[in-house]
Amino acid sequence: MNAKLTETSWLDAHCEVSLAELASLSGLAEAELRELVEYGAFAPNDPRATQWTFSGECVVTARAAQRLREDFDLDPNALSVAVGLLERIHALEAEVRALRAQLPRRVR
Amino acid sequence: MKYKDYYAILGVERSADADAIKKAYRKLAHKYHPDVSKDPQGEAKFKDVAEAYATLKDAEKRAAYNQLGRHAPGEDFRPPPDWGRQFGDSHAFEGIDLSDLFEHFAGHGRGAGARRAHIPIPGQDYEGAAHISLEDAYRGATVDLELNVSELDERGLMRRVPRSFKARIPKGATDGQRLRLKGKGGKGINGGPDGDLYLNVALHPHPLFRASGHDLYLDLPLAPWESVLGATVKVPTLGGAVELKVPPGTQAGQKLRLANRGLPKPHDGAGDLYAIAQIVVPGHASDKERALYQQLAEGASFNPRGHFEEEGKHERQTH
Repeated sequence: MNAKLTETSWLDAHCEVSLAELASLSGLAEAELRELVEYGAFAPNDPRATQWTFSGECVVTARAAQRLREDFDLDPNALSVAVGLLERIHALEAEVRALRAQLPRRVR
Repeated sequence: MKYKDYYAILGVERSADADAIKKAYRKLAHKYHPDVSKDPQGEAKFKDVAEAYATLKDAEKRAAYNQLGRHAPGEDFRPPPDWGRQFGDSHAFEGIDLSDLFEHFAGHGRGAGARRAHIPIPGQDYEGAAHISLEDAYRGATVDLELNVSELDERGLMRRVPRSFKARIPKGATDGQRLRLKGKGGKGINGGPDGDLYLNVALHPHPLFRASGHDLYLDLPLAPWESVLGATVKVPTLGGAVELKVPPGTQAGQKLRLANRGLPKPHDGAGDLYAIAQIVVPGHASDKERALYQQLAEGASFNPRGHFEEEGKHERQTH
């Protein structure tokens, strides 16, 4: 076994990736990513910036988008609808988890 | 090599046309795709479905697959001798997976063509889960990971190679958080970069605390007199027990916040710990306790259901 410890990096709002990095990490082409941004599937940190940057969380979303495009043969328009709905589901699931955490358990 | 019945996996006849195969694949993809399905076994099932479809949708690969003959699923088999001459190196079939065989299929596939042309191909990315305890999330942890990754062997054939390594989960991870382990996926080919491993952090349920992001929730049972009179009680936290002041008149369900006693956040600060007051009564009261409660009942003016009567009056007025 390789005893060397592998370092990990967070994929969260603190980690920023460029459009080119997002394309290379997700397997989507830059043009496809631009199209998904246009359709509102996800947004760059500052849409008016000349060089777009994205939150690390977008890597997870873009990778899911690539899988969906590949496995369901979706065009960019259908893909942006699917990704938008998936994001809403994830947000709702997080909300359900948060509410569940606040529900008291039965005290023995 | 173990045989897989791609037709049975997709639930189609061996004579099915391309349209029927596509339709069957789509139906199963809707059911099992890990991004869409709620089935916990969805990911594994979808892998089989996608593997079957990748071979059967391609007319050449399908023809080559058909020529392997019919075997029982899981049966060890060797391709017929002439199969190797026609489609690849027949000596190279030992210990490889059927999907790898079709992936590098006789140079017809994109991957194999690029390999021959010495075009750099990035290694495959992998996804996995890191199940950790709440204590691990609080302190940070190292996890042992095992992965089967695709690698080229010395004969230039794709093989699944088991790889295990240790990875650091920094403190501050919480449920659903993603981590990237650069270069820990499949090996790149012709100088292409190695793939990455993406880890999805999942917290084991804890007997006392429930996590919501970096905040933690804890049920705090209180005796009726503690909730009325207030009390100083010892409560557990992940960093050790602390004293908590319960103010007089604390109601059931009220949340008492212990700032920064939740999970540490990855970059700075920490979540909070919320103790949710629960008023608990003894299952059995002694004669003395019953007498004290009786005395309280007779002397108290408190009506917990006063608002029922208010509602009733309102109802009568409106009808």
